[in-house]
Amino acid sequence: MTAFLTIIIVLFVAVAIWQMVKIFDLAQVGVSNSQIATDNDNKINAYLMLAFLAFIYIITIVCFVKWGDLPLMSNAASEHGSQIDNLMIISMVIIFIVQTVTQFLLHYFAYKYRGEKGKKALFYADNNTLEAIWTIIPVIVLAGLIIYGLFTWTSIMNVNEDDDPLVIELYAQQFSWKARYGGNDNTLGKANVRLINLDNANILGLDESDPNAQDDIITTEVHLPVGKPVLFKMRSQDVLHSAYMPHFRAQMNCVPGMVTQFGFTPTVTTAEMRQTPEIMEKVANINRIRVEKSKELAAKGEPALDPYEFDYLLLCNKICGKSHYNMQMNIIVETQEEYDAWIKEQKEFKDSLIK
Amino acid sequence: MSTHADTHAHEDDHGHHHKETFVTKYIFSQDHKMISKQYLITGTIMGVIGVLMSIMFRMQIAWPEEPNILFEALLGKWAPGGVMDADIYLALVTIHGTIMVFFVLTAGLSGTFSNLLIPLQIGARDMASGFLNMISYWLFFLSSVIMIISLFVEAGPAAAGWTIYPPLSALPMAQGGSGMGMTLWLVSMAIFIASSLLGSLNYIVTVINLRTKGMSMTRLPLTVWAFFVTAIIGVVSFPVLLSAALLLIMDRSFGTSFFLSDIFIQGEVLHYQGGSPVLFEHLFWFLGHPEVYIVILPAMGMVSEIMASNSRKPIFGYRAMIASILAIAFLSTIVWGHHMFISGMNPFLGSVFTFTTLLIAIPSAVKAFNWITTIWKGNLQMNTAMLFSIGFVSTFITGGLTGIILGDSALDINVHDTYFVIAHFHLVMGISALYGMFAGVYHWYPRMFGRMMNKNLGYIHFWVTAICAYGVFFPMHFIGMAGLPRRYYTNSAFPLFDDLANVNVVITVFAIIGGAFQLVFLYNFFVSIFFGKKAPQNPWRSTTLEWTAPVKHIHGNWPGEIPHVYRWAYDYSKPGHDVDFVPQNIPLKEGEEELQH
Ligand code: HEM
Ligand SMILES: [Cu+2]
Ligand SMILES: [Cu+2]
Repeated sequence: MTAFLTIIIVLFVAVAIWQMVKIFDLAQVGVSNSQIATDNDNKINAYLMLAFLAFIYIITIVCFVKWGDLPLMSNAASEHGSQIDNLMIISMVIIFIVQTVTQFLLHYFAYKYRGEKGKKALFYADNNTLEAIWTIIPVIVLAGLIIYGLFTWTSIMNVNEDDDPLVIELYAQQFSWKARYGGNDNTLGKANVRLINLDNANILGLDESDPNAQDDIITTEVHLPVGKPVLFKMRSQDVLHSAYMPHFRAQMNCVPGMVTQFGFTPTVTTAEMRQTPEIMEKVANINRIRVEKSKELAAKGEPALDPYEFDYLLLCNKICGKSHYNMQMNIIVETQEEYDAWIKEQKEFKDSLIK
Repeated sequence: MSTHADTHAHEDDHGHHHKETFVTKYIFSQDHKMISKQYLITGTIMGVIGVLMSIMFRMQIAWPEEPNILFEALLGKWAPGGVMDADIYLALVTIHGTIMVFFVLTAGLSGTFSNLLIPLQIGARDMASGFLNMISYWLFFLSSVIMIISLFVEAGPAAAGWTIYPPLSALPMAQGGSGMGMTLWLVSMAIFIASSLLGSLNYIVTVINLRTKGMSMTRLPLTVWAFFVTAIIGVVSFPVLLSAALLLIMDRSFGTSFFLSDIFIQGEVLHYQGGSPVLFEHLFWFLGHPEVYIVILPAMGMVSEIMASNSRKPIFGYRAMIASILAIAFLSTIVWGHHMFISGMNPFLGSVFTFTTLLIAIPSAVKAFNWITTIWKGNLQMNTAMLFSIGFVSTFITGGLTGIILGDSALDINVHDTYFVIAHFHLVMGISALYGMFAGVYHWYPRMFGRMMNKNLGYIHFWVTAICAYGVFFPMHFIGMAGLPRRYYTNSAFPLFDDLANVNVVITVFAIIGGAFQLVFLYNFFVSIFFGKKAPQNPWRSTTLEWTAPVKHIHGNWPGEIPHVYRWAYDYSKPGHDVDFVPQNIPLKEGEEELQH
């Protein structure tokens, strides 16, 4: 299939080149065959510049319309997430305006001032006022963005310990995630990869003599009570990974040899999120695609794809080796009661060891 | 003010008594014009390899895990049954990035045009040291060869990303490519850096010492300013990458722990203790960010020159252009942390880097506005080089603007390492610098080869490339904002991203077409060397000195005396002159004022 497509494309390209050379050649009749642009070339290319401007605008619009539901803008599932989204929207609007105007000026001038024999360009070398204007305007706009950005950043990154956040360790290894809860004391026991002992199933290298470690709980899913601040402590046992939780606008690298952290407060439970119109539409769309795909697979005698259901995800977002592309863990945001019920069922560290 | 070196002019004037052999003329040449061609051709070959790789991994993303005859033919054991292996996917993106950033857009671009233009535009007989220049090229050649050899290593080429962050790059048990493949990568880059340093030192010395009479710094064409400042950035920052590479080699081979600590992998604890991967990131990006300006500044210089010449207008704001080059150069050395906002470094450092990063947008904006004003009320000659220059400004703006989002640490949290970053840097650096390079080739081809390239093929090349560049990279912003991480072998492990599959197909189709159309350029380039129309002395009617040298290359560049310089490089359409350009070597007319710039 791909091979066929490739051949078709190559053929198509060859024909296109041939056609275009002919068009440009035809446009040249009667003109000396010089390799330097003639008035006619200037004209053709000037119009193409206008067309290209249109192309830029069109591709922008198409992208926004088709793929620009911006799935990750304006439906953040965390408290700080909406701050990021606001800043993002403001920045996008500014960028959009600057992009539209400057591209217009550039391409329009390229069209308007196309060369003609006998025309003379304006000798215009300098203007300090203009230079000052387009230095100062960016300065002001950027100053605004910097100030807004820095306030947002600081408020996101400063973890307020007074909130008594739920502390959870995210533990990365090639190519899977584990989560560790502090247990009843909400305090993570000491740990170091040097203490890993696969024989007695101490897989995260907890200090078995540390009293705080005894009630720690190790899971392969993250459950979060809605509305309660969490503080993630990231660890990695082998190479760099990055804990990326796009729906919460959260990301932090996991670095061997050190503990990094990121805190946020989830605001929307998984169940609620599944009911939002955007997510319902997205899921329906994805399932439509999966059904199509399954038909193709069935024709090849392969099993069909499972239907998709929305879940918050933790993805690895730092290249970490062969299966980097498939290093994920579900995150479930639920009510406090559901969370309590879930955590009660989990095994504490001291009971999970093989004696 | 300008010291000039006519010292060995005399020897050159009287010709060489020894006969030039094939070897000294074409292979171990010390002539800057020949070395520049050597750089260009080597860079082009590396570029072809890099593009092929990108087409292959784009096909994998668009049609994941489907058999493909191209893979079967080119990847051999890495594509059993024509299905690409996940390890080789990572290797392809790694080597693609390395080749494009360093071998094509650093050595291929700076090496070609700094070599060709610095002596010719400042009025020098050659580089300060022809011998070092030759060594510089051959070290580059050697490093290219080693990089290519590394593709054939049993366990696979380096595959840790072009940023080669340890521990992944340090531990062969973490990834096949981190064995022999990574060793060769490091050796190749160490040699590359040596080459780059020799080249840069040569450029700096040449610009400072060998300017012809009258060529003051404020009469230098912006090309030379850009090459000069680029070389300085290179000398300041490349050694840091060298030290990072050396320390990484020590960690890999001699058991030190500069970047490694507390590692448990494949069932065993490694002995490393006390190092930090974050240190490597600092060292890498201390070069890495200036590097992106090393790539873009020469392109900016050439675009400024080509735009002025083809607009038949002086470059607007010559002084502001120089000031912004200097500001960019300075700022580029203090923004590296924006690649590391979420690396685990102190968030306060993140704030500082956000501040410096957004500052760098200011000189960038000044440049963009100055280019636009340069074409305003011009008499634009739409030569291919001019089209690529306009294209450069367009993609530089599109790509640069998203830097404002990435540079904002709060926003970067959510788009870091997604396709949004890929879109940003390909437009602002990859495509822009490539356009700068194409513009340079089309513009100075007559100077390099004494012949003209075919105009219509050039137009086709430009327009298709321009459309495909946007077609490939513009949609990437959107899949990035949808949270799609870069460097994923396939997205099929995440049903969440199923609705992005069709975007990836569109992107790949544009990439294939765009890649294929580069053949038009290659054809035009190589065929014109032999069959192009003979170039006139000054085809674009430009003011700079290189066009006063004879079309046929001679050793020492000018027969007889080196031209003296009486004016700046941008006297286009100056009132009071009959022609619309006054070359730099024409004395001021009586009563004519030199624009004091
Ligand atoms: C307007 C000014 C610019 C700003 C504010 C800016 C900002 C940034 C930031 C913050 C990142 C890191 C994103 C991330 O990894 O999450 C980045 C990535 C990058 N930028 Fe820019 N940038 C600007 C202009 C440029 C220019 C002019 C170039 C090259 C000529 C460039 C080349 C790159 C490259 C190569 C990367 C990606 C490196 C990688 O992760 O592989 N940027 N930029
Ligand atoms: Cu990972
Ligand atoms: Cu940077």
